[in-house]
Amino acid sequence: MDFDLNEEQRLLKESIDGLLTDSYDFESRKKYMKEKGGWSRSVWGKLAEQGLLGLPFSEADGGFGGGGVETMIVMEALGKALVLEPYLATVVIGGGFLRHAGSDAQKAAHVPGIIDGSKTLAFAQVEKNSRYDLFDVSTTAKKKGGGWIIDGEKFVVLNGENAETLIVTARTGGGRRDKTGIGVFLVPANAKGVTKKSYPTQDGLHAADITFTGVEVGADAPIGNPDDALALIERVVDEARVALCAEAVGLMDESLKTTVEYIKTRKQFGVAIGSFQSLQHRASDMFVAAEQARSMSMFATMAGDFEDAKERSNAIAAAKVQIGKSLKFVGQQAIQLHGGIGMTMEAKIGHYFKRLTMIENTFGDTDYHQRRVADAGGLI
Amino acid sequence: MDLAFTKEEQAFREEVRTFFRDNVPPDTRRKLVEGRHLSKDEMVTWWRILNKKGWGVSHWPKQYGGTGWTSVQHYIFNEELQSYPAPQPLAFGVSMVGPVIYTFGNEEQKKKYLPRIANVDDWWCQGFSEPGSGSDLASLKTKAERKGDKWIINGQKTWTTLAQHADMIFCLCRTDANAKKQMGISFIVFPMKSKGVTVRPIQTIDGGHEVNEVFFDDVEVPIENLIGEENKGWDYAKFLLGNERTGIARVGVSKERLRRIRDLAGKVEAGGKPIIQDSAFRDKLAACEIELKALELTQLRVVADEGKHGKGKPNPASSVLKIKGSEIQQTTTELLMEVIGPFAAPYDVHGDDGSNEAMDWTAQIAPSYFNNRKVSIYGGSNEIQRNIIAKAVLGL
Repeated sequence: MDFDLNEEQRLLKESIDGLLTDSYDFESRKKYMKEKGGWSRSVWGKLAEQGLLGLPFSEADGGFGGGGVETMIVMEALGKALVLEPYLATVVIGGGFLRHAGSDAQKAAHVPGIIDGSKTLAFAQVEKNSRYDLFDVSTTAKKKGGGWIIDGEKFVVLNGENAETLIVTARTGGGRRDKTGIGVFLVPANAKGVTKKSYPTQDGLHAADITFTGVEVGADAPIGNPDDALALIERVVDEARVALCAEAVGLMDESLKTTVEYIKTRKQFGVAIGSFQSLQHRASDMFVAAEQARSMSMFATMAGDFEDAKERSNAIAAAKVQIGKSLKFVGQQAIQLHGGIGMTMEAKIGHYFKRLTMIENTFGDTDYHQRRVADAGGLI
Repeated sequence: MDLAFTKEEQAFREEVRTFFRDNVPPDTRRKLVEGRHLSKDEMVTWWRILNKKGWGVSHWPKQYGGTGWTSVQHYIFNEELQSYPAPQPLAFGVSMVGPVIYTFGNEEQKKKYLPRIANVDDWWCQGFSEPGSGSDLASLKTKAERKGDKWIINGQKTWTTLAQHADMIFCLCRTDANAKKQMGISFIVFPMKSKGVTVRPIQTIDGGHEVNEVFFDDVEVPIENLIGEENKGWDYAKFLLGNERTGIARVGVSKERLRRIRDLAGKVEAGGKPIIQDSAFRDKLAACEIELKALELTQLRVVADEGKHGKGKPNPASSVLKIKGSEIQQTTTELLMEVIGPFAAPYDVHGDDGSNEAMDWTAQIAPSYFNNRKVSIYGGSNEIQRNIIAKAVLGL
């Protein structure tokens, strides 16, 4: 049992923290937001240069063979700096599908572009009525000749506005909520029949609602078994949840730090407001919440390697519950302790709060995952 | 980073578990499961079994009878002990006064007291809190005046846990009235049988008799019963309170209770079916289990850190353990109340020794709920813990 980072991991942490300290202060972030698509190609290029975009890929695929801990380190750092770039969509999720189930040809076609930063991906999964159930899929993929035809609507596709390639869940058989008959398809974003409605999201990222109308893709489009890919989807989404937990920990750390600095300097009644016990206790509770979240983020990271898929899912669901509760408390109290200034777009704390809030509603909220843990028979 | 226990650690867990299974008297275990108080005999019997095995004072240095275990082994031992469950060693002797004596006491004191603490030949109690000195402990007024080769002690202590069983007390006494309040306190030990010591029971809201008031009326104590230096008692008290870190979260206790809740909730009916099938109840239970898992991991982080970097200064993370640990213990007793519903009501009478044998298992659930309100109050209330975090961690 060991919670420390090894030497290589420490170096990784130093290098990404260093990069973001240099290139990602709050003012720079505002500029990146105004760039085309809402994030910075130059920062993305730097992440590629440092090898961070190739981190989880095997050396055979041109990557660095990093595991869950490495991704946790990166996501925490990205959270701390409130990074806009599509690391989750491209490297964690897109990369995850390719790593776990991509054919050699699929990997050869997509992985080099991810690693060198020339291509980004997006995961088109959410549907109008699916909410958080990954198996609730109405979009269809029907065989035609050697290839497939995809029809359906996907919503809130993160990085959907910018991605060159979409990874789409679609039903190849069975009814809307059946657990079999679900496939995962690689679809070029510029394919005929793909229409996008793009928009910024509440936390400053960019997403799109995407309609697929008779979109034709080749026989090489499915990743894994087109009739039975739910386990693959669950695995990759679990990894995305773990990554979000780590990002949230970074966001909470920075929110707490910013808030404590603020109440140490903000004066009222002639003294720093941080000298008032009611505020001190609130800040202490934020610390407790953030530490509990950090523990569960570590737990989730290590659970990513559990052999038993049920045990893995249950542990990660539990982590998402703790993170959801902690982030809500830390986020809300950070605004409260900042007072009026916390309500303004000008102060950075509100932007942390918004990103934290969106994380709760991504890939299952607190109630959703709590119910999953309860239905699985608990955690003791 | 690696969450797995080593093979050796797993084997150790098995060894500890087997020992408990073979050696904890079944009645003692049953009473703990049901939330009953144990009699003095039941506790001492168990502690002597543990001491005979060489595990009575496991975390002491080897030369005084400790085991030399790693931090992780201590963690495993505590967890297994709490979740079996078996009575925990008497904290006042083993975790509190013992370490003060082997760290600050002289050779004669070590020889005289330590083996008797280990075997509970002396039952120790703690003379810290006073009616006017709770969270503000340093304001204590009990006085020890030096007269020839004796201390003359006058004053009153309160919340003295199980003083009715105690042979010895360790006491914070004011020995310099003119010094700044933390600077004039000394750490003195003496027999409870000394002339002028009076113990008066306090009945707590659960109906039990765990705590007492202790009065000192011109109690004469030999001068050599001072531990360490005169007027340095506050340092020793801080040392003592910061000493017990890994057990403070009581993860094993809460685990055991959650297992019991699951078990009972599969039997007790609500709406014509076991209450475990009620999704609102199940969600609450899952929520508590998740909180406990997070706490367990937080505790393991502290344990691993200690193992790697030594114990050093008290870790402010122990305040997190105290706050969350107590909240979760309280939640588990609330869930038990919820499970038994109307059967929470019948009142059970406690015996003179604080034990209670009568009636069936449900009779202990409400008292246990009432009794557990203490856990966020004692050992530095949760509000004091928040002060510690604000000051020591956040720099406020």
